[in-house]
Amino acid sequence: MYKFSKKLKTFALAIMVLGILGMAYGFLTTPKDTHEVEQILKSHESHGSEHQTADVKHHDQNTHAEKENHANEHEEHVKHVFHQMQNRPWSALFISAIFFFMVSLLVLVFYAIQWAAEAGWSIVLFRVMEALTAYILPGSIILFLFLLASGFHMNHIYVWMSPEAAHDEIIQAKSWWLNIPGFLIRAFIYLAGYNIFRYLLVRNSRRLDNTKDYKTYIKTKNIAVGFLAFYGVTELFMSFDWLMSLDPHWFSQLYSFYVFASMLVTAITVVAITTIYLKSKGYLPDVNTSHIHDLAKYMFGFSIFWTYFWFDQFMLQWYSNQPEEVVYFVPRLLGAYQIPFIAMLFLNFVLPILILVSSDFKRHNWIILIAGFFIIIGHFVDVYILISPATVGSSFSFGIPEISSILFFSGLFLYFTFNDLTKAKLKADGNPFIKESELYHY
Amino acid sequence: MSHKIIRALFDDDDVLMDAVKNVRANGHEIEEVYTPFPVHGLDKAMGLKDTRIAIAAFIYGLIGLGFATWMMNYMMIEDWPQNIGGKPSFSYAENMPAFVPIMFEMTVYFAAHLMVLTFYMRSKLWPFQKAGNPDPRTTDDKFLMELPVSENEDALVSFLKENGAIEINIVDKH
Repeated sequence: MYKFSKKLKTFALAIMVLGILGMAYGFLTTPKDTHEVEQILKSHESHGSEHQTADVKHHDQNTHAEKENHANEHEEHVKHVFHQMQNRPWSALFISAIFFFMVSLLVLVFYAIQWAAEAGWSIVLFRVMEALTAYILPGSIILFLFLLASGFHMNHIYVWMSPEAAHDEIIQAKSWWLNIPGFLIRAFIYLAGYNIFRYLLVRNSRRLDNTKDYKTYIKTKNIAVGFLAFYGVTELFMSFDWLMSLDPHWFSQLYSFYVFASMLVTAITVVAITTIYLKSKGYLPDVNTSHIHDLAKYMFGFSIFWTYFWFDQFMLQWYSNQPEEVVYFVPRLLGAYQIPFIAMLFLNFVLPILILVSSDFKRHNWIILIAGFFIIIGHFVDVYILISPATVGSSFSFGIPEISSILFFSGLFLYFTFNDLTKAKLKADGNPFIKESELYHY
Repeated sequence: MSHKIIRALFDDDDVLMDAVKNVRANGHEIEEVYTPFPVHGLDKAMGLKDTRIAIAAFIYGLIGLGFATWMMNYMMIEDWPQNIGGKPSFSYAENMPAFVPIMFEMTVYFAAHLMVLTFYMRSKLWPFQKAGNPDPRTTDDKFLMELPVSENEDALVSFLKENGAIEINIVDKH
């Protein structure tokens, strides 16, 4: 049995409290009205960086409003920047909320794949994976509250929800799918589904510890297959709804797979790091270097898988150079997000491939920790760049709201994960494949 | 110079594995083992050195990557500058996304082909090479272990028999 050490518990709670304080600070310091924004813009102007704040969306609006007078244009610009600045703490919260939720969810997907494939090697890691999915419940509650707040116009994260979108023909043409009631009902269905499947899978897996019967095993396997089917469909629409609709004019069929690949590699990295941590504390005696080696292979493989999707999505739209497609890549490749966009490619592709390409390197814990550190940072930046250009535009930065959101959600994630670890034996010895997993060697 | 060797035939891979471990534990040296299929873990049991083909493959991949970069730069930028995707910048770096598929394919092509050639060379498998297999039955269902004869020939033969050898031949190898 795992014992949740007091030190770790205090640490998790402490960073949660710090995070809440920081987030509250973020919400309280946003400009209250357009007058404050005018002042901020003026002080920026005097520093000589005035026109940098105008972003792509604003240029769009400019062309529409070309005939209108300059004063009107300025007012609109100020209003736009005002919305972006008000969005910042919300956006910071959303990025961390979705990042940690998706990591937890993708651990469940990886876990379900082990069941569905009747994999033998990974049984000794089952309890670690189960614990990492414990965050799905609090994560989905927070995420749903956030989406509810967006639906009730408490923030301007989703442009298509705003009243101005009523005059936008492209958004109106999509309104049969992108409408607030439908959006919230779908979000509820996805989240409820994931939670039910998580509950059933973990309950059955733990029941197997005592019963050790074949019937429960087969039943759990079937639940895992059902979850994968449910996830496969909902993942498509979930990414469209929550992330792609941030840029409602733009679309990409690959988007969902891209998000999937990004979060799957992060999830496997988190499993590997948690396993290495627990092993360093003397738990999980049955996990040998071959298990770690396999996780590292997945980290390596899915890093390339992610790059493949990233490049597919990018190259086709870059090459064809259609205005309605490149609108997504202009702020990222050429605009304000250029540095994190390029840096992310290094973190998510170049470094993992060079660090983990050697077979021997995949068997050393500290090398996996280094690679895992880069992968997690890189994919957080990835999610940041998926969301930020649409929500805060070029008034983005990385400060107290962002850091405290990470602190809060990582504290919550730590707490629920390690709390869940204490609830069952660390060895899933009711599983019929446990022997194979113990003897597993490369 | 010719020397006497023992060829012990086995009919099961598990028996062979145990025999290999016992023979080595007993201080005898194994020259070669012939099997009809790859036996998992046999290389470790025989104490063979790790393969270096992975390092070679990495270097071959880099050669392919370099070759593709040079080739595309020469073809599309230098020799006959092309307008790529409506962006006539005539710069390799700015048009790199268009060249990435070729760079990737060349990396894989060079790594795979040169790796196969390297493997053939290291295994001495060039054209007109005669088969080095001592017993055709090892291409069907038998396993053959080759080891040099020590001073005590009879003891070694009986030791191998104890470890499950079904047939033992002593031959002169040139």
